[in-house]
Amino acid sequence: MPLLDRNGAKDNAWIVSEDGTSDAEKIIVSFAHVKEALAGNGRGRRIGVIIANTVKLAELTPYLSEIDLIAIRFPAYGDGRGFSIAKQLRNAGYQGILRASGPLIADQFAYALACGFDEIDLPDAQAARQPFEQWIKAASSISQTYQRGFGTQNILDARRAARATGK
Amino acid sequence: MSVAKRPPLPVILLANDLLDGEVVFWTGQAWSDRPSEALIARDETTAIQLEAAAAQALAQNKVVDAYLVDVALDGKGHAVPHHYREKIKTEGPSVRRDLGKQAGQSNLANLGNLANLAPSGR
Amino acid sequence: MYRYDEFDARFVRERVAQFRDQVARRLNGSLSEDEFRPLRLKNGVYLQLHAYMLRIAIPYGTLSSRQLRQLALIGEKYDRGYGHFTTRTNMQFNWPRLRDVPDILDLLADVEMHCIQTSGNCIRNVTADHFAGIAADEIEDPRPTAELIRQWSSLHPEFDYLPRKFKIAVTGSAQDRAVTKAHDIGLRILRNAKGEIGYEVMVGGGLGRTPMIAKTIRHFLPKADLLTYLEAILRVYNLEGRRDNKYKARVKILVHEIGAETFASLVEEEFAKLDGPSIAADPEEVARIAAYFAPPPYEKLPARAPKFEAAKAKNRGFATWASVNLFPHKVPGYAAATISLKKIGEAPGDVTSEQMRVLADLAEKYSFDELRITHAQNVVLPYLKQDDLFDVWQALVAADLASANVGLITDMIACPGLDYCSLATARSIPIAQAVAERFADQQRQIDIGELNIKISGCINACGHHHVGHIGILGLEKSGKESYQITLGGDATLNAAIGERLGPGLDAEDVPDAIESIVAVYLKHRAPSEPFIETVRRIGLEPFKAIVQEKLHAPA
Repeated sequence: MPLLDRNGAKDNAWIVSEDGTSDAEKIIVSFAHVKEALAGNGRGRRIGVIIANTVKLAELTPYLSEIDLIAIRFPAYGDGRGFSIAKQLRNAGYQGILRASGPLIADQFAYALACGFDEIDLPDAQAARQPFEQWIKAASSISQTYQRGFGTQNILDARRAARATGK
Repeated sequence: MSVAKRPPLPVILLANDLLDGEVVFWTGQAWSDRPSEALIARDETTAIQLEAAAAQALAQNKVVDAYLVDVALDGKGHAVPHHYREKIKTEGPSVRRDLGKQAGQSNLANLGNLANLAPSGR
Repeated sequence: MYRYDEFDARFVRERVAQFRDQVARRLNGSLSEDEFRPLRLKNGVYLQLHAYMLRIAIPYGTLSSRQLRQLALIGEKYDRGYGHFTTRTNMQFNWPRLRDVPDILDLLADVEMHCIQTSGNCIRNVTADHFAGIAADEIEDPRPTAELIRQWSSLHPEFDYLPRKFKIAVTGSAQDRAVTKAHDIGLRILRNAKGEIGYEVMVGGGLGRTPMIAKTIRHFLPKADLLTYLEAILRVYNLEGRRDNKYKARVKILVHEIGAETFASLVEEEFAKLDGPSIAADPEEVARIAAYFAPPPYEKLPARAPKFEAAKAKNRGFATWASVNLFPHKVPGYAAATISLKKIGEAPGDVTSEQMRVLADLAEKYSFDELRITHAQNVVLPYLKQDDLFDVWQALVAADLASANVGLITDMIACPGLDYCSLATARSIPIAQAVAERFADQQRQIDIGELNIKISGCINACGHHHVGHIGILGLEKSGKESYQITLGGDATLNAAIGERLGPGLDAEDVPDAIESIVAVYLKHRAPSEPFIETVRRIGLEPFKAIVQEKLHAPA
C-alpha cells in the first residue's frame, strides 16, 4: 500500500507481520502480539504496532518507550477517533513514528499532521484516485488555524508575536 | 451511491443534477428538467434500463441521488408520483407556487439563468 | 461587533479556495460523492428536494448592515430573492447552484462571513443570547466567549470528524434565552463566591430523536480554562461517542449511557493531563476579542421618552407593537425591538432581499449598524432610541415587517419541512400558516398571552418541537402526513421536554386541536397565569381529553 509523508511518496521500510514471526529488521505486529514481540526482541530489531482506533492510551502506555512506530487504523475516513489517539500519544510524550492506516482523503492530511501523524498508509485505490500531489497541495491549503498545540503555526501565537513586536 | 430498491411499476427515474441541483428525469436518451418528458417504465425490461441509466450517470458524475419513483398516469399520460414527497419534488414547494418547476423555472445553467421551461406538457 | 483582522481574513479566503478545489476534484472524480458530501456539508451545502441549499453562518446571531445587504444581494443574484433564518441563527438560501457556491463564498468573505461548519459532524455555529449586551440581568456579555469558541472550533484538526454534529450555546444572563440546556454543551456565565467570573458547564442536551436536557458537569469553570476544558470534553466524546448507529452518536447518548458523573470524571481526568497555558488563549487575546463588544456610544437620555409616549397615545397599532415586540434595555431611553418574521400567512423566518435592505437601512440609521438574529427566527434591532421607535415602526409597516406577535401564539418556530427539505417526513410551513390564520386576530393573541408553538417536519427536530409549549411533529403515517402534538415543553432555564397528547392528527385537524388546547387553558388559567404554568399546574389530562373528544366527534 502506498505510503506518504509531508514531503510526498515514501519508501516503506516496515513489514507488517501481525504475529511477529517475520525475520525482517523492522516489523509491525498486532496489538495482541506486541508484548511477546518486545520480550523476544533480543537482537535489537525495530518493533512497531498496528492498533484499532478503540485501543485506549492507558493500554499502550507500558510500551511507549520501546515501540518505534504506532500505526492507527482508520476504518473509514469519517471516523475521526485516530486523530484523538494520535494527539493523546503526542501529549503523553511519544516520539516514535505515527502512521495513519486506512482510506483517509487528501483533505484530512493537514489535520493528520497537526494531530501528530508522520505518515499515511493508503489503500491502492484511494491513492490512485487521489494522487499524492493533491495531498501535498491540500496539506498547505490553510496556512494557519486557530488552535494552539497543534503544530507550530497558529493564529493565536501569530497575533501574540505581532503584539510583542509592537505592531 | 447505489440505486435503491425498485418500487412497484410503473416507475420513472429522477435525480438531481450534480452541478446545478435541479431535479432531472431520464427520458430514455438524456436528462430533462421536465417531468412530462420522463420515460415511464411500465415493464421489467424498461425498469432495468432505467436502473442502468442511473448507474451510468452516477458513475459519470453527472447526477446525484438517482432513484426510481412509482407513478400514476394523469389524463395526458404524464407521470405523477404516488408519494406526496416525490410529488413535491417534481413540482416545487407547495407553499410557493411561484417557484420551481410548477412555475416554469429551472436551475440548469445551460438553459441560462433561472431559465423558463416551455409550459408544454403541463 | 467582532471584525476580522488579517489572520481571520486570510483564513476565510483560503477556505473558499479550498472549497473551490474540492468542487473541482468532485467533478474530475478524485472525490467520490460519498467523500464529497461531508466536505460540502462542512461548508454548509446540502442537497435538498429541489436544489442545493446553502447555510451561511451568522455567529451568535450578530450581523452588520453591510453583511445583511450582501445577503440581500446574494439572494437576488444567486437565489430567488429571499432567504430563511434558522433556529441556529443562520441564513439559508434554497436555490443556489453548486457551481456558483465558491463565488457566493467569496462574496461572503468580502463582508467577513462564511459557511464554515454550518453542517456536518463537527462543531457548529455557536449561538448566544440575542439580547447579549442589552439585558439588565446580564452578568457578562456572552459574545466574546462565543467568538473565542468560534475561532477555536473552526477547522479544528482533531474535532472535524466527530461521531455526530456538536452544538454549543452561551448565555451570560440569569434568564436563558439561548436554549442552552438543549445543546451538546451549554455554557452559563456566572460569578462564584469570590466574585470571579466563570462558566457552569452543561453537557448532553439535545433534541432530535431522543430529546435530553443537559446535565451540569462543572458548576464553576474559571474563565481561563475554557478552551482546555472544551478540548477535554471533545476528546472524550470523539473517542467514546458511539459510531455504530447514527441515531445514538450524539454526546447526549454517551452521557446518558455512562451517566453524567462518569462522563464528568473522564473529562476531568483528561483535563488534568492537559497543559492549560499551552492551549488557552492568552489574556491579551481574550481582551482583544472582548474589546470588539464594548457598548456602542450611547447617548445620555432620560428614562422617559416623551416622543415615544406621545406616539403610543396617538397610534393604537404602534402602541400594540411597542407593548408586544419591545425588550427593556439596560440603558435609559433605549429599547431593543424584535422584528417579527411571522406575518400571518408567511413562512416563518423567511425574509425577502428587499426586506433585508430595509432592515439593514434601519440598523444603520437607528441601531449602531447592528442586528441580531434570534433562534426563534426573528430579527432584533438592539440599540434603538425610544424616541426613534415610531419612525422605525412606520418603516417596518411599509415593508410588511410590523407584525405585533413576538412571543405570542402566531410567533411560531417552523423548520422548512418537506416543502424544501429532503430529510423531512411532512410539511411544516402550511401547518404554521393554517394555525396563524386561525389565530390571526390581534386582540385574541394578546389575550392568550405568551405561548410558543414549535413545528418540526421530521424527528430531527430542527423546529425545536420538543421544547415548544405546544410542539408539533410532522411524520408520515401510511402514505399521509400526520402530526403529533406535544405539550409542556420549555426552552428556558426550566427546560422541559413536551409530552405527547395522543395519536397523530391529519393536517386539517391541527388548527382545531390547537384551538381546543387553548380553550382548556383559558378555562383553567388563574389570573395572569401564562399557558406553560397552567399546563404544569393542571397536567396533561384535561388537554388530552378535549383533543380526543373533538377528533372523535361526528362531523
